[in-house]
Amino acid sequence: MEIGWWGVLIAVLGGAIRIGTPFLFVSLGECLTEKSGRINLGLEGTLVMGAMTGYAVSLHSGSPWLGVLCAGLAGMVLGALHSWLCSFQRVNDIAVGIAMMLFGTGLAFFLGKPYIQPSAPRLPSIDLGGWSDIPQLQAALQINALFLMGIVVAIALAWMLKNTAWGLKVRVVGESADAARALGLPVDRIRILSTAQGGFLAGIGGSYLSLYYPFNWSEGLSSGQGLMAVALVIFARWHPIGCLWVSLLWGGAAALGPSLQSVGITGGYYIFNAIPYIMTLAVMIITCSPRRTLVGVPHELTVTR
Amino acid sequence: MAASPKLTRRQLLKGTAAAGALGMLGGLRWTDQAWAAGKVKMGFIFVGPRDDYGYNQAHFEGKSAVAKLDWVKAFDEEKVPETIEVQKTMESMVKLDGAQVLFPTSFGYFDPHILKVAPQYPTIQFLHCGGLYQEGKHPKNAGSYFGYIDESQYIAGIVAGGMSKSGKLGFVAAKPIPQVLRNINNYTLGARSIRPNCTTNVIFTGGWSLPVREAEATNSLVDQGIDVITCHVDSPKVVMTTAEKRGIYCTGYHCNQSKLAPKGYLTGAEWNWAKVYMDYADMIRKGQPVPHLVRGGLKEGIVKVSDYNQVVTEAVRKQADAAKDKFMSGGMVVYKGPIKDNTGRVVIAAGTEHVQTDMWLESMDWLVEGVIGSTKS
Amino acid sequence: MPQTLNKALEPFLIIVGSLMVSMVLFGVFVASAGADPFEVYQTMYRAAFGTTFSWQNTLIRAAPLMLTALCTALPGYLGLIIIGGEGAVVMGGLVAAIAALAIPTAPPMVVLTTMAVAGMVAGGLWLIIGGALRHYRAVNETISSLLLNYIAIAVLNHFVTSTFRDPESLNHPSTHHIGEANMIGVIPGTDLHWGLVLGVVACVIAWFLMHHTVFGFASQIAGGNVRAAQIAGLPVGRLILIICFLAGAAGGLAGMVEVAAIHGRANDTLNANYGYAGILVAFVARNNPLAIIPVAVLLGGIRASSGLLQRAHELPDATVLVMQGIIFLVILFSETLYGRFSRLQKQGVS
Repeated sequence: MEIGWWGVLIAVLGGAIRIGTPFLFVSLGECLTEKSGRINLGLEGTLVMGAMTGYAVSLHSGSPWLGVLCAGLAGMVLGALHSWLCSFQRVNDIAVGIAMMLFGTGLAFFLGKPYIQPSAPRLPSIDLGGWSDIPQLQAALQINALFLMGIVVAIALAWMLKNTAWGLKVRVVGESADAARALGLPVDRIRILSTAQGGFLAGIGGSYLSLYYPFNWSEGLSSGQGLMAVALVIFARWHPIGCLWVSLLWGGAAALGPSLQSVGITGGYYIFNAIPYIMTLAVMIITCSPRRTLVGVPHELTVTR
Repeated sequence: MAASPKLTRRQLLKGTAAAGALGMLGGLRWTDQAWAAGKVKMGFIFVGPRDDYGYNQAHFEGKSAVAKLDWVKAFDEEKVPETIEVQKTMESMVKLDGAQVLFPTSFGYFDPHILKVAPQYPTIQFLHCGGLYQEGKHPKNAGSYFGYIDESQYIAGIVAGGMSKSGKLGFVAAKPIPQVLRNINNYTLGARSIRPNCTTNVIFTGGWSLPVREAEATNSLVDQGIDVITCHVDSPKVVMTTAEKRGIYCTGYHCNQSKLAPKGYLTGAEWNWAKVYMDYADMIRKGQPVPHLVRGGLKEGIVKVSDYNQVVTEAVRKQADAAKDKFMSGGMVVYKGPIKDNTGRVVIAAGTEHVQTDMWLESMDWLVEGVIGSTKS
Repeated sequence: MPQTLNKALEPFLIIVGSLMVSMVLFGVFVASAGADPFEVYQTMYRAAFGTTFSWQNTLIRAAPLMLTALCTALPGYLGLIIIGGEGAVVMGGLVAAIAALAIPTAPPMVVLTTMAVAGMVAGGLWLIIGGALRHYRAVNETISSLLLNYIAIAVLNHFVTSTFRDPESLNHPSTHHIGEANMIGVIPGTDLHWGLVLGVVACVIAWFLMHHTVFGFASQIAGGNVRAAQIAGLPVGRLILIICFLAGAAGGLAGMVEVAAIHGRANDTLNANYGYAGILVAFVARNNPLAIIPVAVLLGGIRASSGLLQRAHELPDATVLVMQGIIFLVILFSETLYGRFSRLQKQGVS
């Protein structure tokens, strides 16, 4: 079927979901972590570790969903390690994040060598495009349950942060550690838990890459999805629902480059492929202002001080 | 030549190897070191991981094959960037491992790195994959080897063109460089040789290993109606599995990827580096001079075509096999005029032929008529 | 006297202690992977510091890291965390090559000087973007500099494959060659190019600037407390811009050296992750430009040993990544120990 330029639209729609889902998980993880007043730049390592673990477990157990769970657990361990180290005085969370990035990717590459060759069972997909008789649209709407779970997690996280005692604690700790201590809250423990949970989500994001799309474990799998989480969370104003929109937007923008080439816009693809980064920077420039602090920003965050 | 000190040294080497063999026969125990001294020591350098289901793996398989020979000691290093690091890796292999011959397998290793290091070690052979050795311009102890994998791509193109329903093929490519363009053109020419209105839609990802973008490119191409796809990136794994998921055919590259796409993997263009490395090892053992330029295709056994999938019809097999036979007999000329590029310019005039070994083809910067895409970035 | 001695001794003891702890941790790691840790360390020592060749291998890898570490270390004095070294290297290298190609007939010294200035200005301006956005728009500099890295790499790739591409650079799109005569040579008697000297000199100058001039003092005040600095009448905005420019200039110089000493052209190999490695060097050196030199050498040594580890022990290349990760985590963790020893000692005395 000839679809021509509609193909770009469909690719952007499909890409938003396909490419956006791992961004959704890492940004939700980073969002929770940052709400507690920590920044974890090491999510890149967590994501890669999650991708490797998920693939390996899926291969050995035959169950991709078990792989997803284990990927989350691996991410949790790395997240906990990050925030445990940062709970000591004068240990800089950004620096530790970069070291964790090195450590996580190194460990994943080291342990992942035997898993590059074999093919692990893939996560199943759900057809949401059955109503349409356009095959391209059907393919674009073939999605993975993890995407739906990501939406649920985003909504749940938003609700939790706003309405539960735990959410309030996280926000107080992120707003002012001194105030939290005065209230008798265990600041370090809350931060460790938040970062570990954030790591869990990032690990799942990694398993999406290796077990669903692009479905592959290799050392070039991640192209900085984990690193970008930090930018996405600022973009999303530290709001989980915002993370959802921003991830979709990012995914769509990343799909734009290849799809333009498929309809014959061949020039400047390096620049087209950099659109997501340019877009994020532009949005930050437009929305930030020295005269007011951003809405939703946790004041304990190193990057905002 | 026979009187040169280099050759006598080699003959000496050959002598020790023979002595080693005799020692074995006599039931003497040789220490590892003594054995190693008589071995041909070959160092391999890869730009990516050894097992990428693609470019580097193809070379690693070649290395593993020579490493099995008991008179060869082969060692390798993976993920060596094309910076000063590769210069140091080469020197380190020579100085610390006693390498006699080095195989830096990435294109970017040649200029400036091999050109800088080779003159410093005149007794060591630096054999580079993909480069274009020029007598007089490049060091005497350097050389380059490459395979005409575009011959296999031509045959894969025939199979793709024959099996396609829409007559639209897809190609996910890394960068618009001669080696890649030649594959795209051969694929297209192969398909058009049996189906003149066939087109190939190309997407350049801009990098050698970008899994997400490769998957996205595949999806976009499928959306545009292509129903057979191939690629030229370092690891074709993602393109193959994505094509299989979308229910279209694919043809492989570098290695055999039929396991990744059992239903749709029609055939593929594969390297057979084992042959090249065995030949080199043999030449060095025998003390023969190593040629500066080694090239070869199907006929020489440097490249292969994957076994056809069972879905490939009898008629298509016949057409593909006919072309293969022609390559094997040396009678095939792919670039025979008139050939136009995809902007309508005549690049090869009627009556002109560029045979496979013609170096003109190794600086290709155009896409043949029927390719949808552009060499400009 | 003993107190000043303590002050000097403390960091030394802490660093040595952390290195030993991380060596034990890494030893356990390789042992669990089935290798003999003692042999592994022996191999690493041999490959990094064991022979003249090894030393040169280590130093040549350390050279760019000294410059890129300054990209993060200098803004650190102002309390800014800039991780845009990669972008500065890439822009510096690209612009330096273009500058050299613009004056094809000039004598080598002129070409090299032009390249250095062009590279430094390009890198400097690139990082100024991050600093300016921070100061005038309150855009977080860590994130903006990270995004700028990706944009710089896209710009580099775009131009070397289109506008500035040498059509002869067949399978590896690059700019034209700057000319053999214009290449930076090696330090006599060694295999090392002069980039190493530039790195060391840059670190020493940076240290002098930040610790022995009014400018450096003002920067440290502004880094400690912006409000206090503003009350004292310090031009905080100008300080930010100047420091970011200097930081980027160091990165740009690293890019220029890559082009002028190694490749002769600008191409995608400029994006060799020296910028990212520099961030770690800066953090471990606690932003002190003098400390950057030994830390860069240490990291260079670890990287130099990667090859022999692969060949002698059949360990994957990722082994050294794990080792770097462990060392840096332990050293960063050891930050918390500063001041504790002297306190302990005082308690012991009283």
